[in-house]
Amino acid sequence: MAFRNYILVCGGTACESSKANAIYEALVSECKAQGVADEVQIVKTGCFGFCEQGPIVKILPEDSFYVQVKPEDAKELVAEHIVKGREVKRLLYAKEGSRKHAKVEDIEFYQKQFRIVLRNCGFIDPENINEYIAREGYVALEKVLFEMTADDVISELRTAGLRGRGGAGFPTWMKWNFTKQAESDQKYIVVNADEGDPGAYMDRSTLEGDPHSVLEAMAIAGKTVGANQGYIYIRAEYPLAIKRLEIAMAQAREYGLLGKDILGSGFDFDIEIRLGAGAFVCGEETALLASIEGKRGMPVPRPPFPAVKGLWGKPTVINNVETWANIPMIIIKGGDWFSRIGTPDSHGTKVFALTGKIRNSGLVEVPMGTTLREIIYDIGGGIANDREFKAVQTGGPSGGVITKEFLDTPIDFGSLTKLGSMMGSGGMIVMDEDDCIVDVTKFYLNFTVDESCGKCSPCRIGGRSLANLLDKITKGKAELADLDQMVEIGEAMKKASLCALGQTAPNPILSTLHHFRDEYLAHVVDKRCPAGKCKSLISYHILPDKCIGCTACARKCPVAAISGERREVHVIDQAACIKCGVCYETCKFGAIEVR
Amino acid sequence: MAKMTLEELRKLRDSKKSEIQKRDIAGKDTQIIIGMGTCGIAAGAKVVLDAFLQELDAHELEHVSVTQTGCMGLCYVEPTVEVLSPGMPPVIYGKVDAAVAKAIIEDHVMRGKMVSDHVFDRPSADIIKDGGK
Repeated sequence: MAFRNYILVCGGTACESSKANAIYEALVSECKAQGVADEVQIVKTGCFGFCEQGPIVKILPEDSFYVQVKPEDAKELVAEHIVKGREVKRLLYAKEGSRKHAKVEDIEFYQKQFRIVLRNCGFIDPENINEYIAREGYVALEKVLFEMTADDVISELRTAGLRGRGGAGFPTWMKWNFTKQAESDQKYIVVNADEGDPGAYMDRSTLEGDPHSVLEAMAIAGKTVGANQGYIYIRAEYPLAIKRLEIAMAQAREYGLLGKDILGSGFDFDIEIRLGAGAFVCGEETALLASIEGKRGMPVPRPPFPAVKGLWGKPTVINNVETWANIPMIIIKGGDWFSRIGTPDSHGTKVFALTGKIRNSGLVEVPMGTTLREIIYDIGGGIANDREFKAVQTGGPSGGVITKEFLDTPIDFGSLTKLGSMMGSGGMIVMDEDDCIVDVTKFYLNFTVDESCGKCSPCRIGGRSLANLLDKITKGKAELADLDQMVEIGEAMKKASLCALGQTAPNPILSTLHHFRDEYLAHVVDKRCPAGKCKSLISYHILPDKCIGCTACARKCPVAAISGERREVHVIDQAACIKCGVCYETCKFGAIEVR
Repeated sequence: MAKMTLEELRKLRDSKKSEIQKRDIAGKDTQIIIGMGTCGIAAGAKVVLDAFLQELDAHELEHVSVTQTGCMGLCYVEPTVEVLSPGMPPVIYGKVDAAVAKAIIEDHVMRGKMVSDHVFDRPSADIIKDGGK
């Protein structure tokens, strides 16, 4: 009943514009002409990514991936691939090409993504421990309990070169080693699942899709450093992730993979969940630990680091969800395997949450060293609505923007810092020409001002002053000296704030001032918002030579600011106008202009 | 199940692996796997789940299992559904609603015919090949 072959023709908007329809028609008529119409189904699909290589045709079950296909190729594809069963080599996607950064034999497929952290997300039922076990689940724990010494585990992590995925990029093996070496009657393992960057949701998805990978990794760390108790600190606004963690923990206990005497090894380990109230600063490790202890979530200066003196003053390993999810695969496949993925400075992969003005928003996991262009254009399908790329914001409220000229920079911890941004937790918000850079910066700054705990004055007062200055700029009331003052305040905050929240809060301003000074100047000197976003700086006007007096705008205007007789030129009363833009969207004759 | 020993865990893993490889779990040879992360549910995955169950009932199909999984990252086309059907390649459908669910049952599952305009690509290969999918 099924067909022998399925020909998938990419029908995403980008391919659609590059003749996907014509290819589809050509394939249909070729299959008829060559007498295989009954054996083959030709299917139009959604976007496959790789839009720059489009139009794309994929033939199943062979999984042949043909790129830059033209309608005139249909005859050959059908005659060769379908009838004779031979791939048309000249149209196949070249497997080498941009693959230099990831010299792992496993990466032979055409996808740009390589999934270690998300290996089970979308494959297994997260509420069924058997499915995790069937996919090499708890194999790593077996190895650590019965075959490896603590030093073996640490040295494997050291070879792997895994660095913390929460943003700071501190080598994981060092953290574990400090805790292992610390003398104490009690040690703790903590998962930082307090994901707070706007637009970042990889930790939530990992916990929802593969909770056991984190539980297994915690037990591995417990055995390695000598801890019997773990805590998962997760924000209460992730109810599904919490529910799945609870189910996973109950199942693991039932199987004896958590609790007393795990698998008869004599090792005890258990985990409790602690819910956070959603304060951004609690993602900072010392504030997070304070919050677990029932105290107000405020950072304390380091050192001492939690690895030596953490939860209740005891040595504590604290890592981010994504870091934890890497651990079992490193134990199974070896540190050497992991170290061959990525760049010399940053090994492995990184999960990014790709959002904003992008066609294919979603979670992507790519080897370190992948370029922004590959992420945005090949995987993300480019900018939505065919607008022009302006910048991408990485690192959340602690990061900065990366502009067009740096699209080909291979991404790793070092390269992003060099560009004045940072890796952060992996939020990636794409902006197009319609986004006002000052407006976006104001959003991030207001976020950190709201989330500042208020303990130290550089962050509390500095952040507020910066927000006020940005507000002045977007209202057209700023002077040139204000730009210099912003830099001065920002630099002071970086030096004097107590924790990373305050130290990095000025980054969005400093980064955008550097890359988009022209746009700031337009606001400050010309009192103009080039993107047309800052309401105080724009006004709507009716062009007399284009207005035909249809009255459509006047009828839609919510504040009756437009007047004029039928078939006569209309006028906007600037004093009454609230700049909502409805008239601009309503006019079919292009008679309304934004100035 | 009571607490396991190392041997029991290994045995369990082997038996579950072969179940996944044969794609035949408890007499059901066709699997419909619905992405039920927060993003999927927000986009309507629960409605889709109900629609599948209703269609399976309506056609009295006993050989099809409906299960859930986490988010595979294709947030722009949620809800997503993977269909594993004998004799056909695994297919991921995106932007699935009740009508598409009906088409998936009637065309894909019952006639071996894919549903146009809703086929998407798995974002990456599987690094755990023994998984069998």
